[in-house]
Amino acid sequence: MSMNTQGRQTSPDAVTGFGHKTISGNRGLAQAEKLIFEIGTPRRSGVDFPALKGVKSRLGGLERTAEIGLPGLTEPETMRHYVRLSQKNYAIDMGVYPLGSCTMKHNPRLNEKVARLPGFADVHPLQPRGTVQGALELMGELSDWICTLTGMPAVALSPKAGAHGELCGMMAIRAAHDAKGDDHKRRVLVPESAHGTNPATAVQCGFTIDSIPANNRGRVDMDALKAKLGDDVAGIMLTNPNTCGLFESDIIEIADLIHGVGGYFYCDGANFTALVGRVRPGDLGIDAMHLNLHKTFSTPHGGGGPGSGPTVLSDALAPFAPVPYVVKEQDKWKLVEEIDGTDSFGRMTAFHGQMGMFVRALSYMLSHGADGLKQATEDAVLNANYVQASLSEDMSPAFGGICMHEALFNDDFLKGTGVETLDFAKAMIDEGYHPMTMYFPLVVKGAMLIEPTESESKAELDRFIDVMRGLAKRAKSGDADYFKAAPIYAPLRRLDETRAARKPVLRWRKEPPA
Amino acid sequence: MRYLPLNNNDRKAMLDVVGVASVDDLFVDVPKSAIIDGLIDVPTHKTEAEVDAYLTAMAAKSRAAGAGPFFIGGGAYRHHIPATVDHLIQRSEFLTAYTPYQPEISQGTLQVLFEFQTQVAQLTGMEVANASMYDGSTACAEAALMACRVVRKRSKVKIASGLHPHYTATTENQCRLQGITLDIADCAPGKDAEILDGLDKDVAAIIVQSPNVFGEILDLEPYAEAAHAVGALLIAVFTEPVAFGAIKSPGEMGADIVVGEGQSIGVGLNFGGPYVGLFACKQKLVRQMPGRVCGETVDANGERGYVLTLSTREQHIRREKATSNICTNSGLCTVAFSIHMTLLGEAGLRKLAMINHEKACILTDKLTAIDGVELVTDTFFNEFTLRLPKNASDVVGDMVEQGVLGGLHASRLMDDQDDLLIVCATETNTDADMDAFVLALEGALS
Repeated sequence: MSMNTQGRQTSPDAVTGFGHKTISGNRGLAQAEKLIFEIGTPRRSGVDFPALKGVKSRLGGLERTAEIGLPGLTEPETMRHYVRLSQKNYAIDMGVYPLGSCTMKHNPRLNEKVARLPGFADVHPLQPRGTVQGALELMGELSDWICTLTGMPAVALSPKAGAHGELCGMMAIRAAHDAKGDDHKRRVLVPESAHGTNPATAVQCGFTIDSIPANNRGRVDMDALKAKLGDDVAGIMLTNPNTCGLFESDIIEIADLIHGVGGYFYCDGANFTALVGRVRPGDLGIDAMHLNLHKTFSTPHGGGGPGSGPTVLSDALAPFAPVPYVVKEQDKWKLVEEIDGTDSFGRMTAFHGQMGMFVRALSYMLSHGADGLKQATEDAVLNANYVQASLSEDMSPAFGGICMHEALFNDDFLKGTGVETLDFAKAMIDEGYHPMTMYFPLVVKGAMLIEPTESESKAELDRFIDVMRGLAKRAKSGDADYFKAAPIYAPLRRLDETRAARKPVLRWRKEPPA
Repeated sequence: MRYLPLNNNDRKAMLDVVGVASVDDLFVDVPKSAIIDGLIDVPTHKTEAEVDAYLTAMAAKSRAAGAGPFFIGGGAYRHHIPATVDHLIQRSEFLTAYTPYQPEISQGTLQVLFEFQTQVAQLTGMEVANASMYDGSTACAEAALMACRVVRKRSKVKIASGLHPHYTATTENQCRLQGITLDIADCAPGKDAEILDGLDKDVAAIIVQSPNVFGEILDLEPYAEAAHAVGALLIAVFTEPVAFGAIKSPGEMGADIVVGEGQSIGVGLNFGGPYVGLFACKQKLVRQMPGRVCGETVDANGERGYVLTLSTREQHIRREKATSNICTNSGLCTVAFSIHMTLLGEAGLRKLAMINHEKACILTDKLTAIDGVELVTDTFFNEFTLRLPKNASDVVGDMVEQGVLGGLHASRLMDDQDDLLIVCATETNTDADMDAFVLALEGALS
């Protein structure tokens, strides 16, 4: 058995076989599917083209003559390959996907439809501005909604994902200090419970990290924070609600303390879904915060992206916002792309950001409206508290009390059972659920972070709760082998992550290298 | 509200289980002063039909690329995307899945990533590729950072004159806060080779784009040799992956890191995003490579499967010591890229590339037949640069009035090149489009 740094087992122990081998390797609806490199050929294609006319090449003698090595399939073969592969994935549309801090809410299909309107999808980022007024209007209207919902004066739309939004906010903070000549302000306070992107981002902006511990209520330890304040503090990066699913109840005091030493307050907005329509970050003293449109505003996660991380900025930081951005002048939408004559810290990406995600997010906002957004927030928080309350006897809540949009458990209830958080998660797979976030936040041992979102019905949650109770009882009854063998009803059994990392095979090759 | 399954009876019963009287009691930890009374100041909910109509009317205020003759490139390219691609990426299992952290129930996404990585490696002529970056420009920035990790104790990166100026700006922005010095050539056609002047042992890497922002194709071999001679890396950049169906790959010419934009294959214009950054490098550099990567392994029964791997480089394990702060990749866009590339196959990609090149050759001849119009780029793939006898920005504006999106005036991207027009032709352009372009340009110049 090998472990990673969080004590999570990364290689499966030997397990007993299950079921019988079929001749085909298929298991009923679960079709075995080889790689395209094993089933396709370079000559086959699923696209027809007109005949070439045969003009003289102007490629400068750099024609590609050697084989490229790209297999092709015809259209029906392609369809089957990817449909079969898709069926090996779990998805929100199949069942509860309670990944804490990931906000796996329903992805409305109206959003997919409108994102494909030619006036949004089939426009080029460098088209003359007069020909893209509808697209710019959409960006402008989304900006207005975001500013109102967050209570902040400005938003940078271009960050491509949450971590990119963090980079945007921290670069704005760096630019603000640089503009004042404060080159001694280089220390950023980051709670131990923070997502790993926070410290990684701060370092990318030339800051050093100073960790703040959590108190026994799962919040920032205020005494420890005060002890770390000083003139060299550039700012703080704080997630709110935090990664324990709790509202930082001292947040206004934290903001005052940071501002008191001339620092800025970066809030990681990953969990904004718990606040929309009920709390405006602008009222909490925040200077910068990214939104994850793919969490809070329902744009699809797509198996790991594309995300979108618009970043709101306070009056103090707004002048440093990256280009490009939209402004309205005399009923015409204008795109500001040049930094000359501004304090902008520059450009974060080639173009304007994740337009496709902007359309989906605005569609979500328009559909919900003020009343629907507030209700969604309340339902998300209620669902999480219902799960926490219902499981508090059979499992062990990390902090207890009221939580926000996600419920955090530790592994105390598994003590002495021989079952670990990982095993418990894998057993959930056999029950037809995606596991919760596990081993995060790092400050809670064997953490299990459950975020049901507002998209789950009470009936669905009741079934989920019954299963979780049942699994907890099973673990306590001494049936560790059941958990160690799980999953057995997934397309594959547990995978050997240690082997993958030790001898990386990152691509297909015709022959294994000698 | 159509997206919310709970009704008031459910809510009441659930509050009872939690042991509170009202939903307000769930927000007790929020300072009272920060709680919004009533509704926030945005409109209330709308029906699906209302939202659909509202956004459809808004979209109609843009002139879609496909609504008439269209010849803009400059880092984003309009290609035909087979209907199969869009159908498949809208399957729930691809669309509504998270990052494949639970590999047993994510083999669909993981196998596609493994296939994608191999396709990107083959296309660029490199040994390995990651599971994608946000876009080409951010991939370029990450490549510069990576080069400074690989070539220790050097912190200078030189950028050639043909790199897309937005890539330069993005890279500059990410590098400067980490103490990396960029030596940036002014953007101009025909001057890439000047990067080799004064190349010394302070330089960690040189960044060269081919085909470059003007469309010129460069032989990268002399660049690779010169970089390697001083112990530096060659970072080769591209914005049009279809080109590699026609021209030699950067890997064949000695590049160490190859980065670029994959949008042309499967993704669409989308007004600039989402796109898909491609990132490939030599095997020996893989542990300094940023971003997510998928690897092969076996399950407990010995069956082949795939997992995310080499995570000890990444922020969730390494935190402040990570190679990058990147968390997501461009997931669904990689799936779209991979499906489109599978539909094309090698034969299809080569044919698509040659059709693009032919269209560009034919269009060049037609446009340079106009009085005063000169071809600036002797070699090109599907994009080329013209020198006009008039301010190119005015000409582009004039052509818009005639219903033609006739290329990109270089001054949109750079200084001091006001008479240059960058033109792109793809398989989507018909003969009639080209004739309309010629007429419009003649009109604008007359």
